Formats: sequence, structure tokens, C-alpha cells
Amino acid sequence: MVNLAIFDYGAGNIFSLKNSLEKIGATVDVITDFEKPNIYSGLLLPGVGNFDPAIKNISKSKINFHDYVKDTTPVLGICLGMEMFFEKSEEGNEKGLCVIDGDVIILPTSMKVPHMGWNNLEIKKSGKILEGVEQSAWVYFVHSYMVKPVNNEVVTAVSDYGIKVPAVVEHGNFFGTQFHPEKSGKVGKIMIENFLNVCKK
Amino acid sequence: MTLTKRIIPCLDVKDGRVVKGLHFESIKDAGDPVELAQKYSNEGADELVFLDITASNEQRKTINDLVCKVAQVIDIPFTVGGGINSLEDARNILLSGADKVAINTGAIKNPSLITLLAELFGRQCIVVAIDAKRNYDIQKDKNIFSENGKQFWFQVFIYGGKEATGIDVIKWAQKTQLLGAGELLVTSIDKDGTGDGYDILLNQEITHSVSIPVIASGGCGKSQDMVDVFEKSNVDAALAASIFHYETLGVNGVKAYLKERKIPVRL
Repeated sequence: MVNLAIFDYGAGNIFSLKNSLEKIGATVDVITDFEKPNIYSGLLLPGVGNFDPAIKNISKSKINFHDYVKDTTPVLGICLGMEMFFEKSEEGNEKGLCVIDGDVIILPTSMKVPHMGWNNLEIKKSGKILEGVEQSAWVYFVHSYMVKPVNNEVVTAVSDYGIKVPAVVEHGNFFGTQFHPEKSGKVGKIMIENFLNVCKK
Repeated sequence: MTLTKRIIPCLDVKDGRVVKGLHFESIKDAGDPVELAQKYSNEGADELVFLDITASNEQRKTINDLVCKVAQVIDIPFTVGGGINSLEDARNILLSGADKVAINTGAIKNPSLITLLAELFGRQCIVVAIDAKRNYDIQKDKNIFSENGKQFWFQVFIYGGKEATGIDVIKWAQKTQLLGAGELLVTSIDKDGTGDGYDILLNQEITHSVSIPVIASGGCGKSQDMVDVFEKSNVDAALAASIFHYETLGVNGVKAYLKERKIPVRL
């Protein structure tokens, strides 16, 4: 049995994510701080809420995020959760978690914002999260901001929304998806299982 | 490839059952909401919308349990609307497992509710539902359109289409975007229940006026109606009920029809 934690910033539906993990056999605790010791095989930063309140929430514990996960606990950031990996965001003023070099910028206004709906994945390179996922697979996006890494090597898949939107990033024990795997049907389930497999190791 | 057009089955829920009103009068039972949700999800629906049309507040609490059950069986996004008038109502629905809430009368009565919810949950969670009806009594301060030689404006109705507000749909749509709406669900009262097709003009004008996604609703009687609304207006999604409840085509059948006619859909 794999024991995972979802960090709840208190801003919306984390039920679907929890449910999708439990369905594939994980046990899931919802945590709201890092005060207790890290007993988990993996941590998920869900994709609901706003940048500043979420960062403030995750930074309020005496133990900071980096000391909690170190370079050992696999972390999956979804949407906002992935955006938090970066240094700063145009959505707010707070400093990000600075796990990956780069910024979060607003989507170009030439397209409708938010980018909402099903779009194709353009897989750039193999990665642990994308194992078994087919080229052009459909995933569900709902976001107004996108990440802009300094080093594009971290991007394993993009999606076309007028511009190429980084859709999946991998960097050490940090994994991020701009879309919502828990809302992306069967394809999303594959990715959640992949993350679970990373956590098992 | 780029973003696909979304096909959204709508489930009107009354006292825990899916119903479909025919010409607003007789309410016909169309099944169990959880079973139907699962069926549509498996058939390839891109999202689902549940509208709670339960009359009494007492019964309305059952919607939270329903949301919870639905969230357990489907892995696509779903929106819940009907009777959401406060932060508390919205929070209960979202924490029970819904991805978005649709607010209608509650937003008209208290527009700042849109902003409050958008700031707390993110604007992507907040769908503003607008019920629109053509009004041929021309007033100066309204956005006037003409079709077949007749002039009219679109008026916002609330309380399930029962009460006129005197508010111009186009102006209200723009205002809700400024207040923080992440998406609009625009239902044509003139077309709803007719099966004659969507109100193309309404959808054209709405999509010209806002930059957030728009869901067309009201009037869909066949797959071709969806093709028409996607070809002739810039809507992002088409919502329908009867075509899915009573027809044998299935969601994927409808989507296959759209794809043949070059509408980008997820299949």
C-alpha cells in the first residue's frame, strides 16, 4: 500500500484527485501543513486556487517545503501546483517554491482565457509520467497562466493553444502537469498510475 | 491540433432524479443521475452539467450527496448549478467534488458573489448562467439586433425563466466577465425545448462581446444543430439534454457526426 499526501490550500475540489488516487489503491491523507514528520511516499500539490494564497499556505509551517520533501519524496504538482514549482508568477507577488528556474506568465490574450477544455499532448521526450501515453492523447486543461522554464529540457510534453504551452515537466523528484490528470479520463489515469509507480520505488 | 469543441450533456435534477421538462409543463423522468453521469462519461462526454431544479430548500440539500456520488464514478469535469445563492452554497458543492458551480439568479441578485467566489476558488470554477429571451419592446439603452425584419434586444430572465429583469444580456455578460466569471452558459429561452436549433444570433453576439469561453444552450434537437452553432458562432461548447436522454446515437455518435463535418472534437 502506498501512502500519499495531498496538500490542501483550502480552495476547492480536491475530492476528485483523492478519489482518483484511492481508486488505484493508494491511501491518501489530506494535509494542511508540514508540522508532522513526512511519512509519505509521495506528495501532491493540487490545481485549485490562486498563486499567492496557495504559496502562503504552503510556506506557513515551521518546516519548509524543501526540508519536507528534500530530493527524495516524489512531488506531483497539478496546474497551479506545477506553477508553484517556479520562481514567480504574474498571478501574484509571492516568491514561488523555486524548484525549477523560470517564471509563470499569463496566457496571450489573442486566445480565449482561460484555456478550458480538451487538448492534445505533443510529447517531446520520454518521461516517467508519460510512460504508456500515446502521442496526441487528449487531456483536460483549465488554466489562465503557463510556465516558462529557463531550461526547456524540463518540458516533456507541450500542447498547442496558439502558442506551445508546456504541459508536462519533470525535474528530479518533481513532476508537473498543466492539465488535470484526475479529470482527463483514461489517459489521466495512466499518468496518475505512473506517478504512483514512481512513489513505490 | 488545438482546443476541441466540448459536447456537454445536461442533467436537470429534481428531487434526486433526472427529469426533462417538455415545453415547461410536464416533467418526464429520464433516469438516475449517477447512472446517467457514468454512461455519458463512458460514451465520451467532454463535461457534464447538473442543474438542480428542486423547488424546496429542504430537498435541495440532497444535491450535495448527489455531487459526491457522481464525483466518485466519473473522471471528467462537471458543473453544478441551480439554487446557488451564497458562498456557503458554492463551497458545499465544490467541496463535495464538483469542478465548477453555475450561478444565475444568485449572481443577478448579488453580482459581487461572482467576484467573491472567483477570488476564493479561482475564476475557472465560476460559470455564470444567463437565461436570455428576445424582447421586441425596443428600449434606447439596450443592444438592439434585427432578424427577419424585426428588431429586438436580449433580456436576462431569472428564477428558471419565470422573472424578467430588464437587464440587457450583452451588457450583463460583459459585466460578469469583469467581475470574475470564468465561463458563460447561455440558454435561449426562446429556443429551449423546441428542438429547432440553437439561437445562432445570440451566440454570435455573446462571443463577440466577451473573451471567456461560452457554452451554447437551448434548442438542440439533432446533431446538425451542434454543427450549425459551431460553424456560425465562436462558442466553445454545446450543451444539450433530450438529444442524449432519448436518442440512440449516444454522445460518441453525435461527436462522430461533428467530426465528419470538420468540427474539432475529442474522439
